[in-house]
Amino acid sequence: MTVMNMIQAINNAHDVMMERDDNIVVTGEDIGYFGGVFRATEGLQKKYGTRRVFDAPIAEGGIVAVGIGMAAYGLRPVVEIQFADYIYPGFDQIVSEAGRMRYRTAGEWYLPMVIRSPYGGGIFGGQTHSQSPEALFAHACGIKTVIPSNPYDAKGLLIAAIEDDDPVVFFEPKRIYNGPFDGHFDRPVTPWAKHPAAEVPDGHYTVPIGKAAIARAGEAVTILAYGTMVHLALGVVAELGIDAEVIDLRTIVPVDIETIEESVKKTGRCIVLHEATRTAGFGAELSALVQERCFYHLEAPVVRVTGFDTPYPHSLEWAYFPGPIRLGNALKKVLED
Amino acid sequence: MTDPMERRNRPALALHVPEPVGRPGDEPDFSHIDVPPAGRVARPDVSERPDAMRGHVYELIRVLDADGSAVGPWDPRLDVDKLRRMLRDMLMVRAYDDRMYRAQRQGKTSFYMKCTGEEAIAVAGAHALDREDMCFPTYRQQGILVARDYPLTEMMCQVYSNRGDKLKGRQLPIMYSDRAHGFFSISGNLGTQYPQAVGWAMASAIKGDSRIAAAWIGEGATAEGDFHNALTFAAVYRAPVVLNIVNNQWAISTFQGIAGGENTTFAARALAYGIPGLRVDGNDALAVYAATRWAADRARSNLGPTLIEFFTYRVEGHSTSDDPTGYRPKAEGATWPFGDPVERLKQHLVKLGEWDDERHAALIEELSAEVRAAQKEAETRGTLSAASIDFPQDVSTMFDDVFADRPWHLQEQAAEMTAELEAARK
Repeated sequence: MTVMNMIQAINNAHDVMMERDDNIVVTGEDIGYFGGVFRATEGLQKKYGTRRVFDAPIAEGGIVAVGIGMAAYGLRPVVEIQFADYIYPGFDQIVSEAGRMRYRTAGEWYLPMVIRSPYGGGIFGGQTHSQSPEALFAHACGIKTVIPSNPYDAKGLLIAAIEDDDPVVFFEPKRIYNGPFDGHFDRPVTPWAKHPAAEVPDGHYTVPIGKAAIARAGEAVTILAYGTMVHLALGVVAELGIDAEVIDLRTIVPVDIETIEESVKKTGRCIVLHEATRTAGFGAELSALVQERCFYHLEAPVVRVTGFDTPYPHSLEWAYFPGPIRLGNALKKVLED
Repeated sequence: MTDPMERRNRPALALHVPEPVGRPGDEPDFSHIDVPPAGRVARPDVSERPDAMRGHVYELIRVLDADGSAVGPWDPRLDVDKLRRMLRDMLMVRAYDDRMYRAQRQGKTSFYMKCTGEEAIAVAGAHALDREDMCFPTYRQQGILVARDYPLTEMMCQVYSNRGDKLKGRQLPIMYSDRAHGFFSISGNLGTQYPQAVGWAMASAIKGDSRIAAAWIGEGATAEGDFHNALTFAAVYRAPVVLNIVNNQWAISTFQGIAGGENTTFAARALAYGIPGLRVDGNDALAVYAATRWAADRARSNLGPTLIEFFTYRVEGHSTSDDPTGYRPKAEGATWPFGDPVERLKQHLVKLGEWDDERHAALIEELSAEVRAAQKEAETRGTLSAASIDFPQDVSTMFDDVFADRPWHLQEQAAEMTAELEAARK
């Protein structure tokens, strides 16, 4: 066991897997010599050489495409898109090619590749360093979408993603790279060191893709969250003394429907919480699933607490970010309803 | 807003929209196209520096002259068996195209695309590569499959989406895929396979393999961002890849000027990336073979990528859904100054004393019979039945291969569909 933050856990996942499998190659902008703008690949090029860890031109479409070509050859590429906000030039390659290769070739070709990308807001990143585009990938078939919320899961899920034979989009909530964030921007950030999930096993282990975690067991209401929002939910229910069940989805495609259903049928109330914009966001899918499958158990309408349907604003960060006040209000509403 | 007439003394700007020389009703006119003599272009060593061969992107490599003789430094000096095999494959592609075009008109399939006039590019290109090299084709390189002895019935089953279709009816006709024959899965999204080929080649280099990749793109799709991505990555990592552009003058209804070819060549794109560019008569099978071989040798020697523009003409409509009389002069293809690739290779073999009209006619008859037999065989496994829910495939396979395993939501949707079909059949 070593105490790690999320960056270190992600870095370590690369290291563990590259040691085990010579077919793993890593590429992206600034990920080589420099070790990545968030240090996620620090030291890897020195250890594994430029043959396996190399800088890429600034071309997200190209990065994803050569990743696809390398995976088609038989390698297991892990490519980085510097910010999720910049993944769109690679969108055609991810949606039209990576997500469909196995299907369109009836399994003749498949693409064991991971597309890592820091995502989410709460860092004064403005319009192009804060977005949460997970719904776009959840909507595209053939792609798994994974979003960890702590160092232990980050390492275990990334190893599972690298070992998965299907393409995985791996979004890393950069707000919590260094410590969990409960939405109280006016308080100092606690580093991961004081959190139990920062105890990370040294070698190989996996956290299964498609399995949610119950971050807090409770009876009064279910909160469905992932990424930074898990910590926000935990903080708010502790402050308000609400016996909520907080579910950290960890994977949004395929989502862990059993855990969701079991929880909502028990609590009868459900809040869906995400940073992404509301309309046609992944919360809409969650809300629909809960409505379809738990209708007769619901005591109140499912409520979505999300980013607003605007581009992510810079100076208005804390008015936009779905923080403790907004979640607190939603909890009161759902519990009183 | 200021009245433009009141502005300072500047001429009004005008948008330039390129137009082809001829439109429907006009006589075909290719007088603007320079037809250089065969044998004129120098053949550098494969280790030549790209900046020392800048002129090549504006030349046109040609081997077969007007008499059918092979001339100049690019003559690949192929033995006659190879020449006859290439001729046979090109004729086979033509026979296959005609048969499948007819099958589409008969309603046995929904869609087809011919490559008439471009047979030399895929066939000679494939013969110049090793069989283990990976090809990343577009939808108009069916000649690669023929050159690599892929069974015609397999191709036809894909076109028919029938029980024999290895892609299980999931792909539009002609979007073949066969890993064993080094033929990468065709996608409807244009240009995407071009940088993928570069990635495949990079992987081959990473593993210290000796195989190379080859990719094809039409001149129209060179306008896609993926074309630029491919050239950038290929140049940066000196990827062992042959990057082919098939300039057949037409992207559906838009002439090559709209793709950016009005004042330059497509081969010239190579210059800015620091890689060698060759421009080749695409209707000259020997020139296609020689240029491909040069680029393949270069790639295999760790000297990096080559961009090749094959200059040709799309003789038929874009697809069975297209009518070219709506946008270009009738029978333009018949006046293409570089002739027909099949006729030119035939003429060469005749000139060598290794072929004649009787043998040619007999071969066409033989190939036609082979295609008909393959078609008969393929049709025993069904044709596309558009107006029935009695699908030729096992319908439950629709949900396979989205992922390695079916997650819960696909299991549920499969059950939902099965129930719907059962209800509909009652």
